[in-house]
Amino acid sequence: MEYQAKELFAKHGVPVTLGIVVERPEDARAAADELGGRVVVKAQVKTGGRGKAGGVKLAENPDQAVARASEILGMDIKGHRVKRVLIAPTADIAEEYYFSFLVDRADRAYLCIASTEGGVEIEVVAHTNPDAIAKVSIDPGSGVDDAKADEIVAATGFPDDVADLAKDMIARLWQVFVQEDASLVEVNPLVRLADGRLEALDGKITLDDNADFRHPEHTAFEDRAAADPLEAKAKEKGLNYVKLDGQVGIIGNGAGLVMSTLDVVAYAGESHGGVRPANFLDIGGGASAEVMANGLDVILTDPQVKSVFVNVFGGITACDEVANGIVQALRILGDEANKPLVVRLDGNNVEEGRRILVEAGHPLVALVDTMDGAADRAAELAAK
Amino acid sequence: MAIFLNRDSRVIVQGMTGSEGSKHTQRMLDSGTTIVGGVTPGKGGQSVEFEGATVRVFGAVAEAVESAGADVSVVFVPPRFTRSAVIESVDAGIALIVVITEGIPVRDTAEFFAYAQSHGKSRIVGPNCPGVISPGQSNAGIIPADITAAGRVGLVSKSGTLTYQMMYELRDLGFSSCVGIGGDPIIGTTHIDALEAFEADPETDAIVMIGEIGGDAEERAAAYIVDHVTKPVVGYVAGFTAPEGKTMGHAGAIVSGSSGTAEAKKEALEAAGVRVGKTPSATAQLLHDLLGSAH
Repeated sequence: MEYQAKELFAKHGVPVTLGIVVERPEDARAAADELGGRVVVKAQVKTGGRGKAGGVKLAENPDQAVARASEILGMDIKGHRVKRVLIAPTADIAEEYYFSFLVDRADRAYLCIASTEGGVEIEVVAHTNPDAIAKVSIDPGSGVDDAKADEIVAATGFPDDVADLAKDMIARLWQVFVQEDASLVEVNPLVRLADGRLEALDGKITLDDNADFRHPEHTAFEDRAAADPLEAKAKEKGLNYVKLDGQVGIIGNGAGLVMSTLDVVAYAGESHGGVRPANFLDIGGGASAEVMANGLDVILTDPQVKSVFVNVFGGITACDEVANGIVQALRILGDEANKPLVVRLDGNNVEEGRRILVEAGHPLVALVDTMDGAADRAAELAAK
Repeated sequence: MAIFLNRDSRVIVQGMTGSEGSKHTQRMLDSGTTIVGGVTPGKGGQSVEFEGATVRVFGAVAEAVESAGADVSVVFVPPRFTRSAVIESVDAGIALIVVITEGIPVRDTAEFFAYAQSHGKSRIVGPNCPGVISPGQSNAGIIPADITAAGRVGLVSKSGTLTYQMMYELRDLGFSSCVGIGGDPIIGTTHIDALEAFEADPETDAIVMIGEIGGDAEERAAAYIVDHVTKPVVGYVAGFTAPEGKTMGHAGAIVSGSSGTAEAKKEALEAAGVRVGKTPSATAQLLHDLLGSAH
């Protein structure tokens, strides 16, 4: 969120005005008072387009700040409920620029995208005036040194009188990008104030979760409350789960196979009243009884789920372990396991895996040989 | 011949003395891989007993190259040490570095890839990948060797389990090589690199390419196929039902706005003449049909 991005900017000496975050409308008064009365009230959500959605409003005085805050708090912006607003002093803006560093997957390097036309979404500028956008590739080996910063300033076309300030800003934003292990650092707008200074007026930072071991302090940025409750529960149990809006609960091993399973279920659902996958859940290579029980527990808690499809290809994982996992998971869950379970096992030790499930003879479990057939069966059961 | 890896490959395992490293070293040995050593800093001079083999442990990759002629390294070291492990292998002149480790910061991958580009001739596969197998010849990574045998189909995939699934679907045909390139945002070997190698490999007759949401690697591969690939290619893309803005398991598997969608990838591949299956089994059927009519 913006205020969090600004905290990281400030940490690395990027000029910003932090403002004050409030969660209750009445707290906006004191904040506005402290900031000189005339303020901007800005919704703090993890999505762009807040201005267009009515989530950013000017208040002429503290009373208005309270009114604007009460309008914005609780608002829904692209599926994100506004729980906090940032009260920020108004800025006397002369010009608006755009600046970002990001991971360039195609080039397997970093990329700087910058423009002297900021303040609007960069995709819009890319459409209306592509020549106004500078793209400078950055070698991860050498990074942004003095010469690279010069190159970026020249390519962007920053006016001469702000070139030195821009260079300093670029060096600091680069520090944010590498030292915080970000995959995106975006400043929009980067403004030139009437007095000539540059400031990061609004920004967005995407942090690389894989680098959390270098940044224990980053966990403070996680917004647990904003996440879907089922996703929060799954995360607590260390599961790789994404909530979707369908009726067929999905458990599989390996991200690619699980994505594929969602697709196959959606196709099968076309002939069963349009039922769709209810979630993504990758239990990974291990697939112990405990992981299986945790996964089933999360999925069966989802009131939308009508049937569950367990799709495992035993590569490293042996199918007998998975089958034992399912049997034990159902024992652990007891009466909570109350929805039909379609299981497809293939690969390593599949015969033994199937035998275990047949022998257990759980009334809710149906074994189907193929992935397509099992998807069809699960969709059919969900449509009932 | 196969690609990247063959019966002459002399493999070392970085992190062999760890639990994953030792488990998979045994599996690689069982599938006929020539493992000439393990590398664990500080444990040089020791050796590890596996079923059917005793494997030396070297303290450094360079020693394994010098005294055992290693030319392939499979990396199992934990994420925080992977960057330096890969750089060590690049410096030692290892030709193929297969990085199995999952959860590496993208900055570390960007840096070791850039280092490999500027300091050596190493090919990196991965990270966060199942590795490379040339059935009947050598197996560098964690792909199960018992799914299928040697054949004349080449497979390149972002996903591990979909690789296994597709090997299983096509077990009657067998494979020259299967390359799991991994699902991270930055990877050492791309679909295009594998396509180029399969096109040049006289032991590969047809290619299966598996992609998934995120980035535009499949679109770029499609463009490459138009100009450079004469062998038949069938494709599969996972993630049609993935919602925008959510990471689906793999760090790189995310639809951002309207970019990175499965639909766009499928369209690009089909425009390049690649037949794209709706499901893994339908994709396998496409290849059967294609080879049936060609033979």
